[in-house]
Amino acid sequence: MTISVSLESEPDFDAVRDVAHRVRRHVLDMTSRGKSSHVGSALSMVDIVTVLYGHVMRYDSAQPRAADRDRFILSKGHAGAAVYATLAEFGFFGKDRLEDHYQNGSVFSGHVSHKGVPGVELSTGSLGHGLGVAAGMAMAAMRQRRGHRVYALLSDGECDEGSNWEAILFAAHHRLRNLTVAIDYNKIQSLAPVAETLALEPFADKWRAFGWHVEECDGHDHVALLAAFRAADATSGPAVVICHTTKGKGVRFMENSVLWHYRNAQGQEYDAAAAELERFAAADNKGHPHA
Amino acid sequence: MRDGFLRELGRQAAADPAVMLITGDLGFGVLTDFSKRFPDQFINAGVAEQNMTAMACGMAMEGYRVFTYSIANFTTLRCLEQIRNDVCYHDADVTVVSIGGGFSYGQLGVSHFATEDLAILRALPNMTVIAPSEPWEAEELTRRLPDIPGPKYLRIDKGAAGLPADPDAVRLGKARRVREGADATVICIGAILAEALEAAARLARDGIQLRLVSVHTLKPLDAAEIICAARETGGIVTLEEHSIVGGLGGAVAETLLEAGCAPGFFRRMGLQDIYPSKVGDQNFLRAEYGMDAAAVVTTIRKSLRRED
Repeated sequence: MTISVSLESEPDFDAVRDVAHRVRRHVLDMTSRGKSSHVGSALSMVDIVTVLYGHVMRYDSAQPRAADRDRFILSKGHAGAAVYATLAEFGFFGKDRLEDHYQNGSVFSGHVSHKGVPGVELSTGSLGHGLGVAAGMAMAAMRQRRGHRVYALLSDGECDEGSNWEAILFAAHHRLRNLTVAIDYNKIQSLAPVAETLALEPFADKWRAFGWHVEECDGHDHVALLAAFRAADATSGPAVVICHTTKGKGVRFMENSVLWHYRNAQGQEYDAAAAELERFAAADNKGHPHA
Repeated sequence: MRDGFLRELGRQAAADPAVMLITGDLGFGVLTDFSKRFPDQFINAGVAEQNMTAMACGMAMEGYRVFTYSIANFTTLRCLEQIRNDVCYHDADVTVVSIGGGFSYGQLGVSHFATEDLAILRALPNMTVIAPSEPWEAEELTRRLPDIPGPKYLRIDKGAAGLPADPDAVRLGKARRVREGADATVICIGAILAEALEAAARLARDGIQLRLVSVHTLKPLDAAEIICAARETGGIVTLEEHSIVGGLGGAVAETLLEAGCAPGFFRRMGLQDIYPSKVGDQNFLRAEYGMDAAAVVTTIRKSLRRED
């Protein structure tokens, strides 16, 4: 299957929501099968990444290295499962390959890796790397007067890293208008809430003070996400979309819980999580994603 | 040596618009000419080496041949993880240039001594490690950099060994034998070759003939030349303006042991696993920390049991 997306097409929100539901289920299956961490982090960002691939970015999954493709960098590499699943759903490779995630000999590492995985631009896992590389890609595209855009998805916790603020200064100084950052702002980091670790607030004001255009939206509302990305992409400098999200979104017993940064669902917990995702999808399709 | 590098870089930039020089806010006066001639191929990334390196990787992934430029440890250790995870894992065409190898900035203190860089950069897969001994050699090696795909480290020294230019003898990955002798071999990296040359001249007066091998490419290492030195001469001394841990001495030892080739004797000269706390010019510090010509003479005599 080949999927090409262009900004001109009429957005089919129902179809992309369905993709997001399937990606959530893949994420649950992959992390449970592999007994891997970070299911909560992956569920948190599913809507952001599926909206980007479903509505915003221009690419051809049959030609993942095409020069004019938009680039997507996952800087919070620990949530790689969500990117692998999204790429599979959008036709970059077969969904059966997701079963390799976390397995012996697999190239589908827990932290996202580009080697042998079509569509992954950059391997990450150590936090604070993605934005700098994305800024370099955007700088290259600007200097070469090429039309593609670069998107980088960061976690909130990784905004503790000084390297990000170096890149934030750089992108603003060079007015990298082809660079859009999305923040998966679920407000929980590795051990505790962000506010109790290294407080980021006033977060949007920090970005503004650094010279960035800021959009904020509900990071699970596809209509709002698309509007925010379109507004961000239309600015004359770098833009950030601060996506207010819920860690573990879709499985109520995982939501807003540090535990599910590490734990994976087994046995009855897996069955319960799968049922929760069914419930979430049904509510989401009726327009009540927060039910 | 820096000027030789920049002269050749200017030539490449003129011929290839994909050449990009990124500095971490250093190079006062030195980079002015390049930045004016090639404004679209020059970026001052500010005092932000992590972003400089990550960004360099991003540009290289989009087709640029990028050079990151700063002094001492700022292009290497400060941003080591960006070099490892971004540049090396993605095999990006980024040449990390450090101006100020060893004690080049000897009066500035330990922050500005690049004395572990060779060992650390050598450990990174995909990385080529280059440390010229002469300005003309730096220029020639820079000319040959496009032949090597992927990440490269270029360690530029303030000094010079002082030998006449012989660019045809310079080949990446191939050590340069600069003096013949059979009693022992001194294998050097960088401009500290000058100390070995002086030591060889002094020892020759006593009838001791040193072979001198200059290793400008530490990785990949010219194993054949090193094994040859062990087999054909009385013993081996390695000399580097660098820690004795993991750099040239380590690389030579690994090569010989794995080849099953035991030299008559083996000594590593360099910083003896310490941080220097004294400052001074490059010559002073070489003497102070036991890696000048006099120290080489003493080491060779002791090893050959021909002490005064």
